[in-house]
Amino acid sequence: MFEQLSYTALQQYWWIIVSLLGSLLVFLLFVQGGQTLVYRLGKDETQRTLIVNVLGRKWEFTFTTLVTFGGAFFASFPLFYSTSFGGAYWVWMIILFAFVIQAVSYEFRSKPGNFLGKRTFETFLFINGLLGTILLGAAVSTFFTGSQFSVDENHFSRWETATHGLEAAFNVQNLSLGLAVFFLARTLAVLYFIQNIDHPEIIQRARRQLLFDAIPFVVFFLLFTVLLLLKDGFAVDPQTGIVSMERFKYLHNFLQMPVVAGIFLTGVILVLLGILRTVICFEKCHDKGIWVSGTGTVLTVFALFLVAGFNHTAFYPSTYDLQSSLTIGNSSSSRYTLTVMSYVSLFVPVVLAYIFYTWRAINRKKTNVEELDRESHKY
Amino acid sequence: MDVSLVDWSRAQFALTAIYHWFFVPLTLGLSFIVAFMETIYVRTGNEEWKKITKFWMTLFGINFAIGVATGIILEFEFGTNWSNYSWFVGDIFGAPLAVEGIMAFFLESTFIAVMFFGWNKVGKRFHLASTWLVAIGANLSALWILVANAWMQYPVGMHFNPDTARNEMLNFWDVLLSPVAINKFLHTVQSGYVLASVFVIGVSSWYLLKNREVTLATRSMKVAGIFGLVMSVFIIISGDSSARLMARHQPVKFAAMENLYEGRTNAPLVAFGILHADPADSTHKKENFITRIEIPDFLSYMAFLDVNAYVPGIRDLIHGNPAQQIMPVSLKMEKGRSAIAALRDYKAAKRQNDIAKADTALNVLKENIHYFGYGYLSKPTDAVPPIPLTFYSFRGMVGLGFWFIMLFLLTVVFVLRKRVEHKKWFHILAILSIPLAYLATQMGWIVAEVGRQPWVIQDMMPTVAAVSAIETSSVIVTFILFAVTFTVLLIAEIMIMVKQIKKGTNERGAH
Repeated sequence: MFEQLSYTALQQYWWIIVSLLGSLLVFLLFVQGGQTLVYRLGKDETQRTLIVNVLGRKWEFTFTTLVTFGGAFFASFPLFYSTSFGGAYWVWMIILFAFVIQAVSYEFRSKPGNFLGKRTFETFLFINGLLGTILLGAAVSTFFTGSQFSVDENHFSRWETATHGLEAAFNVQNLSLGLAVFFLARTLAVLYFIQNIDHPEIIQRARRQLLFDAIPFVVFFLLFTVLLLLKDGFAVDPQTGIVSMERFKYLHNFLQMPVVAGIFLTGVILVLLGILRTVICFEKCHDKGIWVSGTGTVLTVFALFLVAGFNHTAFYPSTYDLQSSLTIGNSSSSRYTLTVMSYVSLFVPVVLAYIFYTWRAINRKKTNVEELDRESHKY
Repeated sequence: MDVSLVDWSRAQFALTAIYHWFFVPLTLGLSFIVAFMETIYVRTGNEEWKKITKFWMTLFGINFAIGVATGIILEFEFGTNWSNYSWFVGDIFGAPLAVEGIMAFFLESTFIAVMFFGWNKVGKRFHLASTWLVAIGANLSALWILVANAWMQYPVGMHFNPDTARNEMLNFWDVLLSPVAINKFLHTVQSGYVLASVFVIGVSSWYLLKNREVTLATRSMKVAGIFGLVMSVFIIISGDSSARLMARHQPVKFAAMENLYEGRTNAPLVAFGILHADPADSTHKKENFITRIEIPDFLSYMAFLDVNAYVPGIRDLIHGNPAQQIMPVSLKMEKGRSAIAALRDYKAAKRQNDIAKADTALNVLKENIHYFGYGYLSKPTDAVPPIPLTFYSFRGMVGLGFWFIMLFLLTVVFVLRKRVEHKKWFHILAILSIPLAYLATQMGWIVAEVGRQPWVIQDMMPTVAAVSAIETSSVIVTFILFAVTFTVLLIAEIMIMVKQIKKGTNERGAH
């Protein structure tokens, strides 16, 4: 089946898969967003424990999606993997460190014998929520703003700044996407809490918190989008492979790929709709907000990835040496590997189906304090 | 290449791998033990078994979380610290990691939520299925990681593409089903099953020593004793074929593991030996044992199933042995340098559009490609791994393996004869065996990974050529950061685990 596809079609197929994983990851960052709200929404120990436990039932999805996103990138675009991870060393190491301390925090937080104390692990969760979202957002933004690296003829890469990726955090556009992801994650977390927590006080606070996070999200996302549409982009000549700067490249990409523009607009509208419906008709609509905004998040991020890589665009541009920029054509695995991996990708719908099934099984009813008291496994 | 950068990168990877492997084997084995116990509960309806299942599940959860934490670093370190490697073989090596995420890791992490939180939310059978799927997911995860590792030790199913300057996959099934991959998977997960069984027996023994949780302890020992004993038989079989595969595909590692300098027929196996302080230098001789106990002919038999077979020693493998058709490393280095130069010439000719010159260079490259990695070595003795560490680790692993078989045998006999509660000496030995099981599995990895140095991919890429071009100081900082973090988390994990064990099943929340 996949053998019939051209090499270019396989590369594009894998860019779509990676984009899908990336967009699911951004949606699932609501766990990270929620971690930064534990003290904001939980005013006593019981409330904080309830919040942590409701989040804790989902943290592994985010973690697993991150690992799979990394693995899929490695398998399909190994030159990106070697260039970005080996070059932007500090950004990735800080992100990874933030996820290391998250992984143990839920399990260890309330266990007897925890010599570090509950507060330490709650701080770890906060750090993960803060750094994980902002730095992942900033790292994705470099797909549009570029990084300073070079790739030699043997495809061995070298980062050309001593700060090894930290410089990305000092770019306005990168920072705006980083902060947009941070506030989006918090917004989605609030919607998730509203759907899944049965505790009037927490829900009351969550309702008030929603706009405090949604408004900064909209501001930073708008800033990022305006900058994106107005900026010069990294165009690739399809005949020669030569990379050059093109004015309004990403605006052109939207205009030349109306389906992608449609996905993007639908996504943005859904994100806003999920928030607005929850604000305006809370009594009737509060349960749907996370799914509406969540779907919108997936669509928006998916479209952004497509704009970064499709329509003859360098998805990981080098501002140090334009010709070192990575495209889905020059950074991918071989045709054979992409074909094999494409068969593996057929499992993705199966995975999504059982995740959906188990999610529903666990979240069928809202969680409350009484249920937690009966629970044998508690974070 | 900056040697200290390579060494620090090595140290960081070794640190994370060692810490990761503190937790993974228990996850692999305990997941099945818990699944066995829950199956008994569902089949018998006996609530005592549910209590036992939940107790071990809690310990599983504590261990699982930290295993996940240390595992994420390993995957990404291939990119952060070994970026040249990531490109050079990413076309092959990346695939198993992606498959692991899609096919195994999601399975494990999705159903673990049902396993922990589903007792009151889903039916008994759905819950049991979830527990089994967690066990299967965890072990499938190990399969793909070990396939990737095995490929580094025995690279198959690929060819070198000079245009992309990397190795590309030709046959996925060759990679997945290579004998080294199958063997490595079986031997490694079996070691996890053995470790988990020792863990369960050790913890249960502590209860018996304290005269607490007697039902939990005796029933758990029965399950773990039988599981451990059966797996011990399999681990002997997989260990045996592992040695033969090593002798064939990684003869230098095999010779280092045996401290065999002079090759010979009817080679004896050193069952026990003490080496001189510095046996790894170029003047090393086979006689550099302070003392040893040998089993005659056994090394030849172990390596080639023939007591008369010739087992090459380090001298043969480094300096060559024409009679045995063994090429010296110096010649391999020459060929490797020719291959590297030919690749350079090929690239230059392509740039100049000189087809004839490109073809000539390509032919030279093809002739010498199997020795490509040797071109990066500075001197022939660079091809010898650290001998003492490999030698002692192998003996430690095997010796402890035999002790665990004895432990399982005693467990099964005592449990079946209903005498296990009263054997205090046995309880003490079983408790002491827990750290020994961890030591044994770590030593197994030392044999595998230290023994294959200097190669990151056997014969194709030495570790020095694989490293990312970053400052040594950056790696030192992250090494310290992770060393401190992992050590603190390990201490926290042990303390929580100990506290949870002390609580037992009686208090609420302890299951």
